[in-house]
Amino acid sequence: MIQGIFQYEFLQNAFLTGILIGFLAPLLGVFIVVRRLSLIADALSHVTLAGIAASLLLEKYFVVLSGLNPLYLGMVFSVGGSLFIEKLRGVYKHYQELAIPIILSGGIGLGVIFISLADGFNTDLYSYLFGSVSAVSRTDLWVIFAISIVVIVTVILLYKELFLLSFDEEHAKASGIAAKSIHFIFIIMVALVIAASMRIVGIMLVSSLMTLPVAASIRIAKGFKQTIFLSIIFGEIAVLGGLFSSYYLDLAPGGTIVMIAVAILVFTIIYKKLMIKSQVSQGGAAG
Amino acid sequence: MKSQSVIEINNLSYRYEKDTVLENINVTVPFRSFLAIVGPNGSGKSTLLKLILGLLKPQKGEIRLFGQEINKFKDWQQIGYVSQKANSFNTGFPATVFEVVSSGLTKKLGLFRFFKKEHTLKVHEALEAVGMRKFTNRNIGELSGGQQQRVFIARALVSEPELLILDEPTVGVDAENVNSFYHMLADLNKQRGITLLLVTHDIGTISDKVTHVACLNKHLHFHGETSEFEKHQSEGMSEFYGTDVHLLSHQHDHGGVLK
Repeated sequence: MIQGIFQYEFLQNAFLTGILIGFLAPLLGVFIVVRRLSLIADALSHVTLAGIAASLLLEKYFVVLSGLNPLYLGMVFSVGGSLFIEKLRGVYKHYQELAIPIILSGGIGLGVIFISLADGFNTDLYSYLFGSVSAVSRTDLWVIFAISIVVIVTVILLYKELFLLSFDEEHAKASGIAAKSIHFIFIIMVALVIAASMRIVGIMLVSSLMTLPVAASIRIAKGFKQTIFLSIIFGEIAVLGGLFSSYYLDLAPGGTIVMIAVAILVFTIIYKKLMIKSQVSQGGAAG
Repeated sequence: MKSQSVIEINNLSYRYEKDTVLENINVTVPFRSFLAIVGPNGSGKSTLLKLILGLLKPQKGEIRLFGQEINKFKDWQQIGYVSQKANSFNTGFPATVFEVVSSGLTKKLGLFRFFKKEHTLKVHEALEAVGMRKFTNRNIGELSGGQQQRVFIARALVSEPELLILDEPTVGVDAENVNSFYHMLADLNKQRGITLLLVTHDIGTISDKVTHVACLNKHLHFHGETSEFEKHQSEGMSEFYGTDVHLLSHQHDHGGVLK
């Protein structure tokens, strides 16, 4: 496969995109998980599906649009969905989590209608649902590269504010941080990364790339920066390992990536258990 | 020129719809004093704090902070606030004590500014002040309630406020550690010269650590130096909760004894 990467452009695209996604998804995932917003990723990925289905539908009926990359409309829907979630969170102040199932089911409902109008499933749609190594185009790669630059620069510039907002929203607001605007910027970044990730891992599994590496690293990391660092390492291992094995074993890359992430998670849980045990027994011996 | 008092409240009243929560409050908090406002639940303590912090607007009367009318007051960096909710944060949050305390500098640093070496020193100093220096690299969730509360105080101290306001700071602190906790606060007041305003419903442990006590129950029933308060306390709490004494004698140095 290493040879293949030099030979085939589609493999280069898939790997480079994978490396970017393996970095971005866990990076934002840390903030999502600690703010207990894990399900937002799920809701937005379903909205992205509606956008992609809409794009495929348009492509079918309007020949002019046949070259349109579904990624764009997916992104538009995803960002739109994120804004809608924020609006709903404002409407249901005491039931903020309600926004998530509303958007999630709305997204899937809309997606299913578009799919049925476009005469049902085809291979293209299947690759969006579960990810594909061969579907990533050079344009996709460039778009995702641009998203990566924007997201990384924004996170670096707003790191202290994002940290404070995640750790203690109340205090952030009380101390006069522009909490609303920063949250808004954050949620748009999440929407963009979700739309960018779906080519590789697929819509159904995008959220797992944002949560599983974080769930693993939170068990063993010390401090917030280390949590981010380990999450990214785990994310990269899962994506690259998943792409390699799916290529050789001819599996859907999305599923393989997620299963590797799950394996890492299980490993860290066991590791932590063993650490605590050895500490206890050491403490016992010393006492 | 610095004014005589950090907080000055004159004839302040506040009501939520029909309920009058605060009526005709007069308080003066002198520089470098340690004032405890004591009152039962629903006595208007939180409302008074919100008014002082500018989260609510006074309906009647005036509040002056550092000699300036609260509406015109801009220098909020001078005021550190440790909320009661500080101890209900997500204890599983993966942040070290260092990271939590440095987050107290977020506003002071401003957007797009990065943490530098001098800020690290400030964080260490703040942790030293609350006796938590050796926990710098521990995860916040591994600490006890009292230790976490100290970390939150350090977070407020790191931006070097003149006045520190604490809302029920001992809620998450174990009974046996409450005393040393108040001791630490008294040290901040005496050695670092920080003016402290503390709101609590627990009067027993605190009276010997603070310099001034005020009792609140819609009216501010008492406001004076600690020794004066103790005299009244011996005459019976009920009497003093029932009467309408306003003692506003602050000409004395807070270390001195009022006779």
